Amino acid sequence: MNPRRKKRLSIALVIIIGLGTMTGLVLYALKQNIDLFYTPSQLVEGLGEDKVKPEIGQRLRIGGLVMPGTVTRNMEDLKVSFVLSDDNGGLVTLEYEGILPDLFREGQGIVAQGVLKSANVISASEVLAKHDEEYMPPEVAEAIKGIKHMKPEYGNETK
Amino acid sequence: MWKWLHPYAKPEKSYNLAGKMLPWFALFSAISLTIGMVWGFVFAPADYQQGDSFRIIYLHVPAASLSMGAYLSMAIAAFIGLVWQLKMADMAVAAIAPIGAVFTAIALFTGAVWGKPMWGAWWVWDARLTSELILLFLYLGVIAIYGAFSDKLLAGRAAGILALVGVINLPVIHYSVEWWNTLHQKATISKFDKPSMDTDMLWPLLINLLGFGLLFGTLTLMRFRNELITRESHRPWVKKLFIEDK
Repeated sequence: MNPRRKKRLSIALVIIIGLGTMTGLVLYALKQNIDLFYTPSQLVEGLGEDKVKPEIGQRLRIGGLVMPGTVTRNMEDLKVSFVLSDDNGGLVTLEYEGILPDLFREGQGIVAQGVLKSANVISASEVLAKHDEEYMPPEVAEAIKGIKHMKPEYGNETK
Repeated sequence: MWKWLHPYAKPEKSYNLAGKMLPWFALFSAISLTIGMVWGFVFAPADYQQGDSFRIIYLHVPAASLSMGAYLSMAIAAFIGLVWQLKMADMAVAAIAPIGAVFTAIALFTGAVWGKPMWGAWWVWDARLTSELILLFLYLGVIAIYGAFSDKLLAGRAAGILALVGVINLPVIHYSVEWWNTLHQKATISKFDKPSMDTDMLWPLLINLLGFGLLFGTLTLMRFRNELITRESHRPWVKKLFIEDK
């Protein structure tokens, strides 16, 4: 390899490594801001090393699993409330008025956007369903996970 | 050790090689896409959670993988073009950029169409979606810069630098679902673990991935040949080629 090519090679490598390091540091610094949502534990205990808690009245997104047995619907209107939980035991109550996505069911992961009303109550304006990366036919799902539904099940309240 | 490669730095030789490879790429891409699409959209079982809606995965995942694969190959070509100053590598960059941009657009569009019924939203500013959108802008930037200069040597160098710099976005896209909380689910097949997908669903997806890869190869070869002919149009071998054809 002649010296000119060698020089260009080293310039190209320096640019890539330099920019890579820079991007890495920027992303690391912005770590908390890139997360789409708080998990229930982060909301209850505070985020990161400083344990920063969101203020009441702050708009935020929360993501967690709908705790089975906590979904309560209002008979007259579309108001619904449920509890979100995660692996670390944080519990957050969500209040929402509107139509829930098809994938919404107990045990399902969801991401909601709303306003923090008190330490662990959120008034949500939007509820999105999150699905996992596993795909399988219904009969396999039934055999492995004991899940026997394709359509979301609604409680008796809606009838 | 690289001596055998040297003849292909001659435009005429690589034009002919690309022409010889083209029909094979086209043929096998057509075969695997037909098998993969029919298998995936008609015969593969429906998902336990998402029902038939999950089938859009057979377009979404190959398009998204190839949008990144195309970028990687474009960046490698840009690197070769910058270090060894081969104008053929610059032509490859110019040939790949629009194809990659279209794959990225397909991935974003099918993702939005999938997201609406499943998540409940067309678009969410989470890390995966946003970084994929940045990939589209990078492609558009490379295309725009290459088109902006009338001196194609300069154009190739400028577009090559952008293509090379943008390669940093690739690991960010891939690991975005691991590093941060996202609405987008984690990787199903591009991980070291066993794929979290039933075999009956996985096979058509893999065949589609192969088909999209070969389709990308086919389109790249076609565009590369065009680029070569356009930029070498004043050369005797090109003139001879077209006079002989008539």
